Amino acid sequence: MRRLRGAWDWLDDRLGISDTIVPLLVHPVPRVNWWYVLGSATLIAFTIQVITGVALAFSYVPAPNAAYESLEFITHGALFGNVVRGVHYWGSSAMVVLAVAHMAHVFLVGAFKYPREMGWLTGVILLAMTLAMAFTGQLLRWNQDAYWAVALLSSMASRVPLIGNLLVDVIIAGQTVGQSTLTRFYATHVFLIPAAMFVLVGVHVYLVVRHGVSELPKPGKPVNPKTYRKEYQALLDREGIPFWPDFAWKDVAFALWAGSLVLLLAVVLGAPELGKPADPTLLEAHPKPDWYFLWLFALLAYAPPSIESLVIIGLPALMGAALVAVPFIAPTGERAPERRPWAVGIVAFLTLSVVILIYQGSRSAWAPELHAAVPASVVEGLQGDARRGATLFDQKGCLACHAVGGQGGQRGPELSTVGSRLSADQLTWRILYGGSGMPAYGTLLRPDEVTALLEFMQAQREQR
Amino acid sequence: MSDVAPPSSAVDPVGAHARRPESPAVLTRRRFLSRVSLAMSALIGLVLSVPILAYLLSPLINRAPSAWITIGRVDQFELGRTVQVAYDDPSPFAWAGQTARTSLWLRRTGQESFTAFAVNCTHLACPVNWLQDAGLFLCPCHGGVFYGDGSVAAGPPPRPLPRYDVRVQGDEVQLLSRPVPIGDEA
Ligand code: FES
Repeated sequence: MRRLRGAWDWLDDRLGISDTIVPLLVHPVPRVNWWYVLGSATLIAFTIQVITGVALAFSYVPAPNAAYESLEFITHGALFGNVVRGVHYWGSSAMVVLAVAHMAHVFLVGAFKYPREMGWLTGVILLAMTLAMAFTGQLLRWNQDAYWAVALLSSMASRVPLIGNLLVDVIIAGQTVGQSTLTRFYATHVFLIPAAMFVLVGVHVYLVVRHGVSELPKPGKPVNPKTYRKEYQALLDREGIPFWPDFAWKDVAFALWAGSLVLLLAVVLGAPELGKPADPTLLEAHPKPDWYFLWLFALLAYAPPSIESLVIIGLPALMGAALVAVPFIAPTGERAPERRPWAVGIVAFLTLSVVILIYQGSRSAWAPELHAAVPASVVEGLQGDARRGATLFDQKGCLACHAVGGQGGQRGPELSTVGSRLSADQLTWRILYGGSGMPAYGTLLRPDEVTALLEFMQAQREQR
Repeated sequence: MSDVAPPSSAVDPVGAHARRPESPAVLTRRRFLSRVSLAMSALIGLVLSVPILAYLLSPLINRAPSAWITIGRVDQFELGRTVQVAYDDPSPFAWAGQTARTSLWLRRTGQESFTAFAVNCTHLACPVNWLQDAGLFLCPCHGGVFYGDGSVAAGPPPRPLPRYDVRVQGDEVQLLSRPVPIGDEA
């Protein structure tokens, strides 16, 4: 017993456990509510990503000729491989959600104000890095989506003023897309960004310790830099609780809940199927990002061509600048959300917009539908030219953008009742000259084909 | 293990020294040392970053030269038809796999004349599909449409489909390789 005690004393002295670490663990923090767990939960999600990421790296081969196969092995061959990949996949979703929720909470309760501005700013950079991790991670799947996303990304990068083409060269780095690209994204995803994140997370947490966990906001009690620190200290002396375990148990409980959810999703749903491997000769691709980028994807699709470059480059730059500006715009004053209608309004508006855009992005109604067929119910009962028109409607690509009888693309107007809406002249005009997103078919159709299509269109009437 | 040292806060090897009153001469020496140390650190960074940056940017510096590549025999292609052709990078990485290939759309416009279009849409570089019956290229991403000659028919694409240089040598169709036409290089 004495020996053990001696060993502990030695360790304690050399490591400074009682001197430095224990005081840190039990340092007083204000009494707060459950919303304050979001930050630590993000950190735990990050830790899970690091651990599962390292595990995946044991089998993943970052070479264009093997990456896909190695992932297939992880998913279908390796013991628990699908679960590990699943946790990494759902964990990334969790991390994005938690980081955004944490940021929204900090914003809503004004915890970014004096003296915690640097905490907010490091958080903004960490959020950007989290999103960069999510994006580069998708590319490592090296399937069709990933391959064409590289093309998409470089095309977007090419619109950056002045250095656009240089960026394209840096991303593609060679004659063909992909040969050098994969290892570049691998190194970025596995070493570069994580290393930076480790440092920044360290700074972020250090700042929380330095300035303390923000107290619950009280309406009518604005932040005043002259008195804030003194009042905060007085509050801690009066009713502070030790961080461990009085405060931390909530963190741990929430982490357990969220972690179990991630594990459950990983076991039940697993990681997404990879689909086809990256292949420049397979042109039937419809690259779509993972859900957390769908809002941007939708925004791009909706942006009118004239301001498109502005949306691609300007919007992210603007959002970044706005986030950086937050603690400088409102460094003091009221913290309580009930006294800050603008803050609440902004969060509500952004949340709603993002949710709607993600939904729109998942539908991608603007994308043509290349594999539709005119339903039998529509063709039924059609004779002669009208029947031939139905075939042409499919062959000439009309169906890719226009639906009839519930089949076909949603890019253009649905044409199930167009015969009741437009006259023969109007229809002919549209077919021949196109306009607003539709090609002019004047040079592509023979006169008899136009007649047949017209007959078919006119047969599409409201049922009485 | 009974010789427990005093708590670490009492151990302050620098503190005792630093608390000694400083003469201006000591200060100057210190300032000099700190400047020299900073300068040396900067030098270390500079020396290291030259090879590292050059290495990272090497694909931009050593560009593969353009070369004429045979992509097929003339009689393989039907007059007036547009078909997908793939060719290999003449000097790929050993580990490039499928990605050493590049696709393009090749249209035979005459006995001896061909037009080659990049597959990348000029909007955001998605791969365009050729609809033979319709005579149109259709982009699956945002519904950009191009006519058979590569000009924009509808939708968001700002420019016609980029072309490659093609020539006929004997009975072979040849293509001048170039980096994937994305961005202004299109
Ligand atoms: S990428 Fe082709 S239309 Fe957008």
